Amino acid sequence: MAGLATTFGSGASTNSLDDLSEARCILAIGTNTTEAHPIIGMNMRKAARGGTRLIVANPLEIPLVRDAAIWLQHRSGTDVALLMGMMKVIVDEGLMDAKFIEERCENYDLFKDSLNNYPLSLVEDITGVPGEKVAEAARLYATNSPAAICYTMGITQHSHGTDNVIAVANLAMLTGNIGKPGSGVNPLRGQNNVQGACDVGALPNVYPGYQAVNNEEIRKKFEAAWGVSLNPTPGKTLTEIMPLAHEGKIKAMYLMGENPSLSDPDSSHVREAMRRLEFFVVQDIFLNETARLADVVLPATSFAEKDGTYTNTERRVQRVRKAIEPVGDSKPDWWITCQIARRMGASGFDFKDPSRIMEEIASVTPSYGGITYRRLEKKTLQWPCPTKEHPGTAILHTEAFARGKGHFVPLEYRPPAELPDDEYPLVLTTDRSLFHFHTGTMTRKVRGLNIFASEELVAINPRDAEALEINDGDKIKVTSRRGEVTAKAQVTESAPKGTIAMTFHFAETPTNELTNPALDPVSKIPEFKVAAVRVQKAERVAVKTG
Amino acid sequence: MDHITLTINGQEIKATRGMTVLEAAQSADIYVPTLCHYPDLEPYGGCRLCIVEIDKMRGLPTACTTPATDGMVVTTESDAINSVRRASLELILSTHPCDCLECHRRERCGPYDICLRHVAVTDRCVVCPSNNNCELQEVVDYIGVHELRIPRDTAPRTIDNSNPFFDLDRNRCILCARCVRACQEITGVGAIDMAYRGYGMKVATFGDVPLLDSICRSCGECMVRCPVGAITPKEPAVPEREVKTVCTYCGVGCSMYLGVKDDKIVSVRGDEEGPANQGRLCVKGRFGIAEFVNSSERLTTPLIRKDGRLVEASWDEALALVADKLGKYRGDEVAVISSAKSTTEDNYVMQKLARVVLGTNNVDHCARL
Repeated sequence: MAGLATTFGSGASTNSLDDLSEARCILAIGTNTTEAHPIIGMNMRKAARGGTRLIVANPLEIPLVRDAAIWLQHRSGTDVALLMGMMKVIVDEGLMDAKFIEERCENYDLFKDSLNNYPLSLVEDITGVPGEKVAEAARLYATNSPAAICYTMGITQHSHGTDNVIAVANLAMLTGNIGKPGSGVNPLRGQNNVQGACDVGALPNVYPGYQAVNNEEIRKKFEAAWGVSLNPTPGKTLTEIMPLAHEGKIKAMYLMGENPSLSDPDSSHVREAMRRLEFFVVQDIFLNETARLADVVLPATSFAEKDGTYTNTERRVQRVRKAIEPVGDSKPDWWITCQIARRMGASGFDFKDPSRIMEEIASVTPSYGGITYRRLEKKTLQWPCPTKEHPGTAILHTEAFARGKGHFVPLEYRPPAELPDDEYPLVLTTDRSLFHFHTGTMTRKVRGLNIFASEELVAINPRDAEALEINDGDKIKVTSRRGEVTAKAQVTESAPKGTIAMTFHFAETPTNELTNPALDPVSKIPEFKVAAVRVQKAERVAVKTG
Repeated sequence: MDHITLTINGQEIKATRGMTVLEAAQSADIYVPTLCHYPDLEPYGGCRLCIVEIDKMRGLPTACTTPATDGMVVTTESDAINSVRRASLELILSTHPCDCLECHRRERCGPYDICLRHVAVTDRCVVCPSNNNCELQEVVDYIGVHELRIPRDTAPRTIDNSNPFFDLDRNRCILCARCVRACQEITGVGAIDMAYRGYGMKVATFGDVPLLDSICRSCGECMVRCPVGAITPKEPAVPEREVKTVCTYCGVGCSMYLGVKDDKIVSVRGDEEGPANQGRLCVKGRFGIAEFVNSSERLTTPLIRKDGRLVEASWDEALALVADKLGKYRGDEVAVISSAKSTTEDNYVMQKLARVVLGTNNVDHCARL
């Protein structure tokens, strides 16, 4: 998000899902779309069948590779080099959109000079992708307009994730692929409402509507709206909060609907951090691995038992409606939070129902200004929707960028924070399964989904497996500097030599005990996609005989 | 949009250029029987039931594959059409249990009633999950078939019940290929195809392995489009009512209807008007919601840690304790973790509590994970 904010002025997806069908080229980089966003995966496949040229850039042989015109199998963590290489080809061959650059963007010359550091021979060395293939992909993307880019955590979950995002944004600007149907830069949001949570300021540095906490004028505005004086210092991110809790600097925590025990990097450290809290409240629908550590557990209703809204990956606000009565004595999250606030003597928490909360959101969040439950009853609305008459916005940056001019940023390739060495010779990258979601709190409860995927399978290349004398289905021990996990091996060509892939859906085999908590300096996103590990056959368990 | 005018059964109809004759007729509420046509699939012309007569055109073209043109004159009912249509339907019925279809008692018959026609229990319409929701029943009632003039092929066909969410009962399959086309055109997976020839033709996976062992992603788009009871959910249910909402899994934001019966979620249906999904759902959305919502492991009461163990407590007790204890911390020493799974409204009050009540900007959620 920080990367797109720097270049475009808004971190949100620029286009609508619908207009992928209008793209003549789609670059899917760092996204296993058919598994993590199945419906968008269907859209991509449909487009590819209709003649759209699909470029897949992924170290793993994901299912979408089958549908791709070109598959760039670059090494995990080398996205900047790959994209800079593509952009150099585009500039060298004069395939850029000079008019768009001239009229809509700034800082191009400085950026252009930085491309000189990326001759294809060097790009090939860094990424492992043949230079000619990089050039071919570049030509495909630049000459088939409009071209769309979709990416997910494969781009962001690196210690240089912000650079990766900027590289993607540079590529789109360079070819004029912004502001029209079938083009754009679309970070596909992983969670149902990650967009909505960000939009209304569940972030340490911004109030609702991405209005900066450290801007005095904005703070005054919120102080007036909420009738209190506010803390002017931006807060800490989740990935910084946990270490602070570990150090004892953060003493109390109120956590709703998350499971850091499995989702956060170096998760045994995270669990210890939560244990050290003096007071820990967890609000959830299940007694998950995190809730078990709490001092107080508050039962929340599921989405089927409450009203509200979710904002999807294309900034579309949609109504969530109550279908059944709350299970047991569970209560909607907003109700619980308001009760706590009121019991602590706060005013401004007497909402009768979620539609009243949306009224307040609209009053303090310019991009939600025109959104009401009454309007949402008839149709969905894509923000920015600043007034009650505004129809919503399908495509961002059509006339000008949110920040005015699109800002090119020169980049320098930085390798991942932890590279393989003699002791930890393999790279671990995290992946997702279609059949489970995030830490599995919900999907592991579904019998049928567990039939499809019942346990962690470590994808390992046959050549690595052979060298380590590992057979398909063997139990193997994966060790990193932070921990070890034992799971079953799946010997498959889908993992390149030197890289293994694991999901993190299974509490029994918490993959994130292995991952590297090294953070991107700007976005504070941890480097889930590259950790150095060692793999060995797990010790044989005695087999019962007779 | 480019409009054209054509005449169907003497009625003048305005249609959009690019529509097929079948679509033009349907847009004017003129019923033309069909079993293989489905709005979001490519025209197929497999079942031969939508045949029509068109002036200045030879033979009986299928309405679903013929583009409508300006000034076209179409007839959807005639003796010639009905004669061929009935023969086509008889061919379809020759491989489908059809004793009930022609029985006037079909509507009243219970699953295990004594049947005067000696229809095997397994062949009866009343035991089929698609009974009363079956397009074949509709078409048979419309065309009116009362006897088969060709011998029935009653050899039992294989049932694939390997998938945990739906069954493929080939005994009820009419080979319309909607499932095959959905798997190819809608999902791009192509796990199933029409295999073998003649009476041996069937819907099968590559290598004829069970669905579970195939590349099937279990989205159920085939099931949604099956006109008969060949692909049906393992736990079929008729909801009392449906509530439109949004899927709670990933960020696509699929619009869906939750079917409710006895205050439990019993079914999930994609919303065809859903702007992000146009009716489509994945395996998690379609089959992975009811079970976690209805799970017996759901938290149903507040819990408070006493002597190291979490014990049940009242809301009053729990809220008082939280307000009291949390109220002792302010600013840098407290943090609030909000949730990308919860609603926007939930998140708004959560960050407001952090900022207004606890005086901290330490509020975040798992956007980065």
